Amino acid sequence: MTGRLRFARTFSGALGLTIVFVVVFVALLGNYFAPHDPTAPVGVPLAGPSGGAWLGTDVLGRDVFSRLLYGGRSVIGLALVATLLAYVIGLTIGLIAGYTRSKADPILMRTVDVMLAFPPLLFLLVLITGAGTGTAVLVIGVAAIQAPGISRIVRTATLEISVRGYVEAAVARGERSIAVVVREVLPNILAPVLVDAGLRFTYSILIIASVNFLGLGLQPPNSDWALMISENRQYINLNVWAVLAPAAMIALLTIGINLTGDAIARSLGRSYVPKATQTVPTA
Amino acid sequence: MSDVATAPVVRVENLCLSLNTGEPVVEDVSFSVGAGEILGLVGESGSGKTTTALALLGYTRTGVNVRSGVIEVGGQSIIGRDAKSLRSVRGKVVSYVPQDPGGALNPSMRVGDSIMDVLRAHRTATASDESVQAALSRVELGTDARFGERYPHQLSGGQQQRVTIAMACVCEPPVAVLDEPTTGLDVLTQDRILTELARLRDEDGMAMVYVSHDLAVVAKMADRIVVMYAGRVVENGPAADVIERPKHPYTRALVAAIPDFRHPRALQGIPGVSVGVGEWPAGCAFAPRCEHQEDRCCGGVPALEQATDAHAVRCVRWEELTLGEPRPEGARVAAVATTDDALLEVSGLHVQYRHGSRAAVDDVSFSIPQGRCVALVGESGSGKTTVGRCIAGLHEPTSGRIVFDGQELAGSARRRSLDQRRRIQIVFQNPFESLNPRHRVSSSIERPLRVLRRLSRGDADREVGELLDRVRLPRRVAERFPIELSGGERQRVAIARALAAKPDLLVCDEVTSALDVSVQAAVLELLSELQRDLRLSMLFITHNLGVVACIGDSVLVMDQGTLRESGPCAQVLAAPVDDYTRRLLSAAPRLPDAAVS
Amino acid sequence: MTTTTAERGVGAREFSPVLRFLGRRIVGAILALFVASIVIFAGTVLLPGDAASVVLGRNATPENVAKLNAQMGLDKPAYQEYIDWVTGLVHGDLGDSAVGLAQGEKSAPIWDLISDPVKNSLILAAIAALFMIPLSLGLGAIAAVYAGKPVDHVISLGSLAAIALPEFVIGSLLIGVFFVGLDWLPPVAIVPPGGDPLSDPSKLVLPVATLLLASLAAGIRMVRAGMIEVLQAEYVQTARLNGLAEKRVLVRYAMRNALAPSVQVLAQNLQWLIGGIIITETVFAYPGIGSNLVTAVGNRDVTLVQSVAMLIAVVYVMLNLVADLIVLLLVPKLREPA
Repeated sequence: MTGRLRFARTFSGALGLTIVFVVVFVALLGNYFAPHDPTAPVGVPLAGPSGGAWLGTDVLGRDVFSRLLYGGRSVIGLALVATLLAYVIGLTIGLIAGYTRSKADPILMRTVDVMLAFPPLLFLLVLITGAGTGTAVLVIGVAAIQAPGISRIVRTATLEISVRGYVEAAVARGERSIAVVVREVLPNILAPVLVDAGLRFTYSILIIASVNFLGLGLQPPNSDWALMISENRQYINLNVWAVLAPAAMIALLTIGINLTGDAIARSLGRSYVPKATQTVPTA
Repeated sequence: MSDVATAPVVRVENLCLSLNTGEPVVEDVSFSVGAGEILGLVGESGSGKTTTALALLGYTRTGVNVRSGVIEVGGQSIIGRDAKSLRSVRGKVVSYVPQDPGGALNPSMRVGDSIMDVLRAHRTATASDESVQAALSRVELGTDARFGERYPHQLSGGQQQRVTIAMACVCEPPVAVLDEPTTGLDVLTQDRILTELARLRDEDGMAMVYVSHDLAVVAKMADRIVVMYAGRVVENGPAADVIERPKHPYTRALVAAIPDFRHPRALQGIPGVSVGVGEWPAGCAFAPRCEHQEDRCCGGVPALEQATDAHAVRCVRWEELTLGEPRPEGARVAAVATTDDALLEVSGLHVQYRHGSRAAVDDVSFSIPQGRCVALVGESGSGKTTVGRCIAGLHEPTSGRIVFDGQELAGSARRRSLDQRRRIQIVFQNPFESLNPRHRVSSSIERPLRVLRRLSRGDADREVGELLDRVRLPRRVAERFPIELSGGERQRVAIARALAAKPDLLVCDEVTSALDVSVQAAVLELLSELQRDLRLSMLFITHNLGVVACIGDSVLVMDQGTLRESGPCAQVLAAPVDDYTRRLLSAAPRLPDAAVS
Repeated sequence: MTTTTAERGVGAREFSPVLRFLGRRIVGAILALFVASIVIFAGTVLLPGDAASVVLGRNATPENVAKLNAQMGLDKPAYQEYIDWVTGLVHGDLGDSAVGLAQGEKSAPIWDLISDPVKNSLILAAIAALFMIPLSLGLGAIAAVYAGKPVDHVISLGSLAAIALPEFVIGSLLIGVFFVGLDWLPPVAIVPPGGDPLSDPSKLVLPVATLLLASLAAGIRMVRAGMIEVLQAEYVQTARLNGLAEKRVLVRYAMRNALAPSVQVLAQNLQWLIGGIIITETVFAYPGIGSNLVTAVGNRDVTLVQSVAMLIAVVYVMLNLVADLIVLLLVPKLREPA
């Protein structure tokens, strides 16, 4: 339908998309433009911007600009994989729970409530204590954090759609459950799921970046943006760019995603707001 | 009926409301209401009746504003007031009774306090518990001295509505605006509320502007009726006159479209769709759908002319059209039964609610003969929809048997044979939810052709066209998405989809309840015709007794899960045996006899 | 049904359903803590990776590893360890720090190690919460009431941007502005062990500001959304059409009914605040439970991580419980027998 890309024509939507495109471009393809090897020292540590190092050097004398161009892939890549994995799990569980409405449903939802009540960063830290640092832990951990929330949103939307006439007509025709779910239910739950996806992806990026910042995720000499901030922040007064540049990149990325997500939500007539975990129904 | 001796309590003159973008929403509306008079403001969706009524309170929804005109209530002008002065008028000079009482009451406030709030807003000096109690007594809620301590969710729908009426009366305003106050209530409760309102009019002399789409209800209550179509007044006159001797083709068509169970007749729907804002044609807005239209109707907007002193009509041809002539009194043409064998037999059907002690359906038995239409009538909660769903295989009964064409049916559709699934089809109530919004119309209709009749692509495409013809929709609708169609059109597509399977039994679950009266008549007309031509058996579920008379051969009456009465339509409706049926029949709103015969 | 309960009066009507509701919630909380304990235990101990060797590091000779395993109780079967741990917790015994044990001490009670940091974190969290609650409610309400007007646009867009920034970015940027740029505030908030964090309030300004900015944004958006929903409710509309004063409508009809969902929003916000403490304390080198946890994770101090995690989980669950209780008081419908 014609209205699908309506959001791209609003000011915030267009702005958000542009920002996201720019940042993703830098993150994925920036390394081809890097003047120096991100792990090799090019000068005096923590020197200010100069001809050879446009944003100066970091705590080990490496070129900040080159490291910046290499530093986005890890965070975006990991966050993307983790979020996609979370969606695969969450969609499956949510669709099944919402459609079949079996006796196991209340138990499933209580479990989800309990999991949602656990502080996410804490969960990751606990996992890292047991399994050590590494990309697999991060990806699986973040997926495990996001999946319950996704399954809950999918379940709520599925419940609502399952009682619509067209779904019941398909059931009355005797169509197989899988066919009904894929053909009738899935295309109609996209709206709430899509609106939620923006905040979720942002959150994945933030939490992975936070773990990297703590030194408990990706390890040096990786040029991850969050690592750059943690490595150089003690010397922020010597070369502010070593901290400011990667911080700005993270900020731009997440703000861009949020602007786009908000525009999409408004074009669908919904609101782009994190959902409170309501265990108590209101009046 | 009182006489309008003194100055009118409400005076509206040439009111024009439009959107911010310029399109008119309401144009050139004028009427007046005298003290102690009830004015019925009637129209269908898009008529502008609610917008007009709310304007009397100085309220327009976002994006709409008053362009010109006069509104005077109780001698005071309403237009042009600022928020503060509007507040002094609302509730004191003109008050409001909402459509949905449950949603209109503050859930965290006791009802007594809600009434007290209105009192305090206008009569701080005399606000007291006694006055609140008096207000509750006025609406027959005064027997329990502690009624005011209850919260809204502890009251029934009827009680909630009485509370909102009490709030509207407590400051004794000369006029109240009631926005479809009984639409969400069941028939018996509706009857009681209407009696209540009539009493308030008689005893307290309160004037009312009663907005409704239900002409039968308005006929019962109103002294004057104003009929609106596409934002303009098309007829305005004493209630009896407007209904028994309508001068405008639309009013006449509306009256002809209302089913009456005491005079079953072939209903006549109004072809076409009602116009929305921004789609008003150049001339008379009703002309495209009017059977009496001529070229001059499309030239310019007809002026409102006085047919008699009290009766005005907006139609260039009103004098020529002898609309008082008796309408073709066709008794309902009964379907030709092929045999008297029962196609469907239900015995001892019992469905227990998942949580609760009550049974949704309690030991119900009946049969549907071949080629006949059985109407299943009841209020909400009677279990009628559950019965229909069990037959369609959407709900597993707790116990009981359903035998279709000699074979017992499995509880869920998945366990039934392909043939059984094909021969029983169901059409749902809500037209906005019965079609998948992501699929085109052709795709939705095609599905049963492919799944239940295993047709090839080519054959299926051809048949989609034929089915659209049969439900009187243009073939180009096939390429549209549901969102581009009106409610009536969507229902027709849903019917086409059901017919695609070539069923023997069609279950219609309140299929016209969500439609405008004129559209309802057209859809009922279609279903009647289809039932006759295709020799379909039908289970027609509805809460409207008039519809029962028009389409049913026999009728089943259900209440709270039990079957109270069954028998041939004519017999049950004329001489009911069961007490519940009798109460239902006496409470059902209907047009005066003179209008129908 | 409704007549009799009303006749019995207010008190009787609200007695047993409240207790029943409370009972169910407490059972739910205990269940949640139980599941949390399993998750924490499984996460730290059952996953691959020999904790003892990592903890010992260079001193990981087979004898030392065995000795540490015995001391930490890691040589027993998993379920036994779990039971020992949980029984210990219930009695208030948080166990011994694995790192402490590895360094040769006979016992390194965790509580001694964390009692100061817990106090420090509570002070930081309390100050942040003190600002966050009124700001969240206030700004969210203003944005809702003036929805669509410039005030709302500023607040909404601002929160949309702020919600995207992680604490360490906010913290680093604040340090950049207020220390590097303006030299108004210190870049770290180091408090000597046993010292009083309130003795030098300027140290706390940036950490509190960081915490606030990070969690305020989400809270404002949720409060705003909830209030807009209430403001568009039919009963608000009807109240206005009955001529009630706007202030009364806003307070008693709109805000009053927006309180219950707002309480839940605030509870979730406070939870995020607690989560944000971990990062913020690290950024500012503030000796609280968060930075301690991070160090412990780095050192693979299994037992310390377990106990601190459990402590935080308890606070989380308590927050939910208190929020549910307050909602119960605010929503009359919930006090009805089902």
